[in-house]
Amino acid sequence: MTNQRAILAVADLSVDLGGRSILRDVSFDLHPGQLCALIGENGAGKTTLLRTLLGLISQRTGTVMIDGEAPRKHRALVGYVPQKITFDPDLPLRTRDLVRLGLDGHRLGLPLWNTRTHAAVDAALQAVGAEDFADRRVGELSGGQQQRAVIAHALVRKPRLLILDEPLANLDFGSANALVDLLGKLIAQQQMTVLVTAHDMNPLIPVMDRLVYLVDGRAATGKVAEVVQPEVLSKLYGYPVSVLRHGGRILVLPDAPENADVANLNRCAGH
Amino acid sequence: MWAFLSSQPVQTALIVGTCAALVSALIGVFTVLRGNAFAGHALADVSSAGGAASFLLGISPLLGFLGMAWIAAFGMEFLGVRKARERDLATGVVLGAGLGLSALFLYLDVTTTSTTGATVSVMFGSLFAISRGLIWPAILAVLAVFALVGGFYRPLILTAVDPDLATLRGVSPRWMGLLQLLVLGLAVAVCALAIGAVLATALLIGPAGAAIRLSRRPLQAIVWAMLMALAAVWMGIWMAYESYYWFSGNAWPVSFFVVALIFLFYLLAMLGSAQQRKFRYRAATALPGIQES
Repeated sequence: MTNQRAILAVADLSVDLGGRSILRDVSFDLHPGQLCALIGENGAGKTTLLRTLLGLISQRTGTVMIDGEAPRKHRALVGYVPQKITFDPDLPLRTRDLVRLGLDGHRLGLPLWNTRTHAAVDAALQAVGAEDFADRRVGELSGGQQQRAVIAHALVRKPRLLILDEPLANLDFGSANALVDLLGKLIAQQQMTVLVTAHDMNPLIPVMDRLVYLVDGRAATGKVAEVVQPEVLSKLYGYPVSVLRHGGRILVLPDAPENADVANLNRCAGH
Repeated sequence: MWAFLSSQPVQTALIVGTCAALVSALIGVFTVLRGNAFAGHALADVSSAGGAASFLLGISPLLGFLGMAWIAAFGMEFLGVRKARERDLATGVVLGAGLGLSALFLYLDVTTTSTTGATVSVMFGSLFAISRGLIWPAILAVLAVFALVGGFYRPLILTAVDPDLATLRGVSPRWMGLLQLLVLGLAVAVCALAIGAVLATALLIGPAGAAIRLSRRPLQAIVWAMLMALAAVWMGIWMAYESYYWFSGNAWPVSFFVVALIFLFYLLAMLGSAQQRKFRYRAATALPGIQES
């Protein structure tokens, strides 16, 4: 798999917003069929990284390549599911219409009925299990259903890379598990490549191949077993942390102050 | 009925009224979807300054309304639209300045020209007093609005749903916003001509707001809005014509009837959609399997 061309290649990426440095020297590759989790706390720079990958923000230095080209040239290859879209309950738009806008929302002229469009929309609705609410207004769906509708909107153009921003936030355990299953299914059945951001990596552990662990704009990347190690993460946080593993779950905890290596702390404080 | 239809002012009123109903319903749906109702209202009010100036300059009132609406549209876009609060602020500031100009021009109309009734006709419209020469310009404006909205139908809808999703499809929300304001200016000019600058909002927002509550699809909302706007305008014209006999020779203004009917339709749509929702809720709770929503 690794000898295939990377669908996403990020090299030495640094991004500033409003004069503040948000991302520093972030590098990682993503190959077809992989699921990569982008883990970090609020404010670590996850959304900024995603928006840079989508070509919505320009970087200060470094490169982003999507299938070997700049993001702006490859919009059709990328499907994006934003963190939260608030649909007005009165919005006169069925789930089906929202999905169709993903296919031809940029086109000029009136939307005419045609079999091919219809089939593509049905396939996307089916892929996310949204057939049951296809004809209801998006505004009156539950949060989990709205999310599926937006995923179908992103999937309908058959992107090769699907990017989801915090898809597990605002979901209860059951819906979160259902979503993780759905992502696994998309990768297995459609050879999709998926990039997901989350502040908690645990729900994603069963399906993720790669991990980008983001702390304050800097990243450690690799396989879960490589990245989630006390030494790697302590260096990233600039503070000693412990990694606890229990029943397939992982917990990253800061060490208690009295155990902290004061010399290490001083050394890292200058970053 | 024959006397009604064969009267020339009535014919002109019906044609211009139909134009106003069609454009306002169409662009009104997009305006309401984007939560731009206040900007629409402000554009209409500010256009009154153009209507008032047209008397001074001796140009067509339609051009006056349109010119001022477009200047206001650019002004609002230019003054900043990043956040909803800033947008309201910019809109409010432009609205105040525009109405101030309007006050000046209307004063000058009355003092320097022999125009009587300019204030009423600019602010509240006088559909029966429209000159026949304005029919073709009004129809042209309608065609322009239909061509632009038809051409950019999907990008406009996508932008109204979510600007970020639009950007990702290569649609610029900024350009779509500007296009919408320009088209809104055209619609406002025709509406202001028909029922007055101040009342144009009613035609712009009322039918669209009611239609959106009743529809599940954008196109359906547009059709409903058009039907309601046409019904209000046609019935309003007829009632104003007949009111001459109801009130022993003192006919009431058309604009009043049109706006009253729109308000009535809006109330009915609110009641209707509340009923619809109650019914849907019952259906959803009665059937197992849909309950998870």
